[in-house]
Amino acid sequence: MNAAGGKEQKGKKSKGIQVDSDRYEIRLSGSGGQGLILAGVILAEGLGIGDGKNVVQTQSYGPEARGGASRADVVVSEREIHYPKTMKLDMLLAMTQEACDKYYPDMKESGVLIIDSTLVTQVPTKRYYGLPFTRLAREEIGIVMVANVIALGAIAELTGIVSREAIRDAVLARAPRGTEEKNKQALELGFSEAKKLKRT
Amino acid sequence: MTMQKAIVKMLQGNEACVYGALYAGVEFFAGYPITPSTEIAEGMARELPRRGGKFIQMEDEIGSIAAVIGAANAGCKAMTATSGPGFSLMQENIGYAYMTETPCVIINVQRGGPSTGLPTKIAQSDTMQARWGTHGDYTAIAVAPSSARECFSETVRAFNLSERFRTPVIVLTDEVLGHMREIMTIPQAGELRVVDRVRPDVPHEWYRHFEITPSFVSPMASFGEGYRYNVSGLTHDQDGFPTAIPEEIKTKLDKLRLKIERYIDEITSFRTEMMDDAHVAVISYGSVARAAYQAVRMARERRIKVGAIQPFTIWPLGEIRLRELLIPIKKVIVAELNMGQLVHEIRRVAPRHTEVFSLNRYDGEVMTPHQILDKIREVL
Repeated sequence: MNAAGGKEQKGKKSKGIQVDSDRYEIRLSGSGGQGLILAGVILAEGLGIGDGKNVVQTQSYGPEARGGASRADVVVSEREIHYPKTMKLDMLLAMTQEACDKYYPDMKESGVLIIDSTLVTQVPTKRYYGLPFTRLAREEIGIVMVANVIALGAIAELTGIVSREAIRDAVLARAPRGTEEKNKQALELGFSEAKKLKRT
Repeated sequence: MTMQKAIVKMLQGNEACVYGALYAGVEFFAGYPITPSTEIAEGMARELPRRGGKFIQMEDEIGSIAAVIGAANAGCKAMTATSGPGFSLMQENIGYAYMTETPCVIINVQRGGPSTGLPTKIAQSDTMQARWGTHGDYTAIAVAPSSARECFSETVRAFNLSERFRTPVIVLTDEVLGHMREIMTIPQAGELRVVDRVRPDVPHEWYRHFEITPSFVSPMASFGEGYRYNVSGLTHDQDGFPTAIPEEIKTKLDKLRLKIERYIDEITSFRTEMMDDAHVAVISYGSVARAAYQAVRMARERRIKVGAIQPFTIWPLGEIRLRELLIPIKKVIVAELNMGQLVHEIRRVAPRHTEVFSLNRYDGEVMTPHQILDKIREVL
């Protein structure tokens, strides 16, 4: 199965982006119900508990968080994190067109954009990674709900920001009982699909 | 010797307050859920019954603080948590706690106001209310964390101060701090100091509930232990009975003030960053302090000699220490999420040669490092 819509960005190829001595800012965005807040918490737990980094996770809160664009932000650093919110994103995951349009301007020029190519059809740049997370979840795993976990696998593989072991432990620690196997499968699928993307 | 394995957790500020309170030995929580403090009540409802403590959801905030005061007088470490209008509703009974010298902890997760204001948005506009919220003359203690780790440790400290000085202590946090999740290592038993109130060691008939001691703090007996005393919000004598004698009235009010003012060095605490060679300083607390440190880091990259001061104790502020810190400072910026509250106190305290500037934001958003950096450049 090939990653439909997967497009390799030029320049920064397959080089894992290492956490530098200062901050790395991540936003996971989409619409309410896609599990992005949970994905943000899992990613933060992977970074903080698994990889032992300093990490802060924030999110939009309140009535405006329901419906429309939803987002979870994660700031990670080797040093003490002062400002807990994001300023300019090093990485953006966009799981809907609306989220992509809304948050793309918040990215650094060198930032990594990862989109769900099932739902994002108009990408504002040529420099991005696209994987059909929602379609993969539906067709390969059989549950649409795990699209967020596939995306986490892809983020780990594409950015190298979080180790595979750490993100695996973090996903399993949050997986409801009885869903561990499906979640593990979803994460592995994220790893492997992203790896293919890097090779093309 | 076996080393206990350190427990590392991702905690919301509100959750860290819950674990801090449990570490300090809280036994009783009464509250009425209100955004953005609700996670504290939720955590307490989950954790306290498991540990033999009591959680009660009251009919409103007035009842909540009343129940807390009752529990504290029965011998428990007791607390509540609230926000916005809930904190206003509690004020009269908080005054009762000052007057009856009842140790208890009130966490106020600040949101925008006045009135119902902005339930889901950040503010620091209760800064003055934490000092002057209830009527009358009294000296208040309020502490202010700025991270999950500090939410834990400052809640512990709030309980310690309340027990040590027999007074209510307010923990001032805010919406952003309450809801953000941050990695922290849970302190192990014995790592942080935990203080319990001094109990009487005299025969029942000798006991005076509000005895004037050299420290001005009276040992505290619990209800039902056999000690006889009266608890009243009316200005009272050493046994708790209402008095109209000017001398006794003055003695009582002086006691409320002196038991705290005499120990100000023990109560106040500051964090300073890059202050050694600074000409400009930013003073802020809570979430804003995080933005201030970031702004200082950014300014230093631009070779601007700026530092930051963060008071952990907002009330009393610790003016002698603060004035010392400000002596080499030409310009000080007070950054806060209100229309200017703490800045008045800094103006009062700052040395004459230090110019005080106010940086304010009150649109429900957190202050950004760039905003502070811009202000630093403006005043230079």
